[in-house]
Amino acid sequence: MTGESLAFYGLAFMLVGASILAVSVRNVFHAAMYLILALFAVAGYFVLLNAEFLAAVQVLIYVGAVAVLVIFAVMLTTRLTDARVRAHNEQVGAGLVVAVAMFLAIVMAMWSTSWPISDAAPAVDNVRTLGRMLMTRFVLPFEIASVLLLAAMIGAIVIAAKETGPPQSEEST
Amino acid sequence: MELAPVVDLVRDAVTGFLQSLGLPAFVIDMVLALISASLIAGFMAVLALAFVWVERKVSAHIQNRLGPMRVGWHGVLQTLADALKLLQKEDIRPAAADRWIWWWAPAVSFIAVFAAFIAVPFGEGLVVRDFNIGVIYIVAITTFGVISMLMAGWGSNNKYSLLGGFRSAAQVVSYEVPMILAILSVVMVAGSLSMMSIVQAQEGTMLGFIPNWFIFRHFPFGLIAFIVFMIAGTAETNRTPFDLPEAESELVAGFATEYSGMKYAMFYLAEYSAMYVMAAMGTVLFLGGWHGPFLPSWLWFAAKTVLLVCVLIWFRWTFPRLRVDQLMELSWKFLIPVAFINLLAVGLWSVL
Repeated sequence: MTGESLAFYGLAFMLVGASILAVSVRNVFHAAMYLILALFAVAGYFVLLNAEFLAAVQVLIYVGAVAVLVIFAVMLTTRLTDARVRAHNEQVGAGLVVAVAMFLAIVMAMWSTSWPISDAAPAVDNVRTLGRMLMTRFVLPFEIASVLLLAAMIGAIVIAAKETGPPQSEEST
Repeated sequence: MELAPVVDLVRDAVTGFLQSLGLPAFVIDMVLALISASLIAGFMAVLALAFVWVERKVSAHIQNRLGPMRVGWHGVLQTLADALKLLQKEDIRPAAADRWIWWWAPAVSFIAVFAAFIAVPFGEGLVVRDFNIGVIYIVAITTFGVISMLMAGWGSNNKYSLLGGFRSAAQVVSYEVPMILAILSVVMVAGSLSMMSIVQAQEGTMLGFIPNWFIFRHFPFGLIAFIVFMIAGTAETNRTPFDLPEAESELVAGFATEYSGMKYAMFYLAEYSAMYVMAAMGTVLFLGGWHGPFLPSWLWFAAKTVLLVCVLIWFRWTFPRLRVDQLMELSWKFLIPVAFINLLAVGLWSVL
């Protein structure tokens, strides 16, 4: 058993366990914590695959921004003393069917794919390569994604902004 | 004397010894990693003790006081005595606290800063691991500090802690943007994210006497980036004038209100180590890292980081605290536009 496979199975255990707990625990804040653990395990996989940049961005965006906002929402919505909420509703049966179907589809896709292994050595400086590709071959999808994010940002500001009415005095805010 | 050859020598000796025992390669790697980790943990502890003392002394002299004078020469052992006192204190857990979240919060805050130390180049060739994404790695891993504050704030089940946690999350998320933009202008000029390469890109001098550091390059845009970085860095480490998460006159001790003894000490340790990481990043990105004449590289690096830490201390004891709305306005309406324009200017300069 090599260190790499040890790391792989360790991360797999962490990822699967944390994901299951994230959707099954009754305490919302704990669920958010398990979600962070799962996202962190995904970053670990990126490191194992020599994709350090993706790993760092995964942590930076998912843990540093998305998870913080999730926790923010959790802290604002639940009462402090009684953080336990129902984790299931009436649609648990339908959800289970969809989940199992999805799982089977993924397993079938995995079985029917042949996994070619390249002889090429892993890229050493893949940040540089990634940046070059984004700016040349994939510049159109890159720009479209940027414009989409900008539109989403402006949309969020418009939704969050107060209705413009008669000017209010500064003290009232 | 350079330290890197000595470190290499010791590492080779340890590796040779472990290989003679017939251990597999990954076990040897893990043992070496453990040794590095213990060295860094020890370094962090000493650093935090020293900086707490420096902070108290500098602040005292800024205010025309003497500061700690009793324990040791000019009170140098004062923080050691304080740490021993904290070690012996009873570990009180609030009855209504969320046990696990509450327990893990100080540990996470420590781990976040501890992991950042891996990529800090303390001198020429003196780095635990030179990631090719070093800068982003440090920024990413330190975001766990926010999570730890939110954990402490929520887990304590105390309104002051909760407010402290809220404030810290809003603050750190806001100030991360100008900080990354300031870092980006340096990364763009250096053409690399690795801490080592960024330092190597600042070797030599301009016009024969100005050091080729990024703070002096593309004048004045390098300087503007440095100022934005330092302001954002002060906010990231939750220090005055941006210490709203633990504003003692408003929130007792913010997210750390319910913590006592060793757990409180852990937060303290993480805070001062984070300050050092911020200073180290400022040194690497803008002040030429270990470059400097005559003295060995690690001494130059230490001198520059201590200088930046002293600047942070000087900020703390000179400026009054901002209000929450002023804090947000400074970030979103001033620092971010300035950082964006600066980034654009540096980019244009590099292209032309």
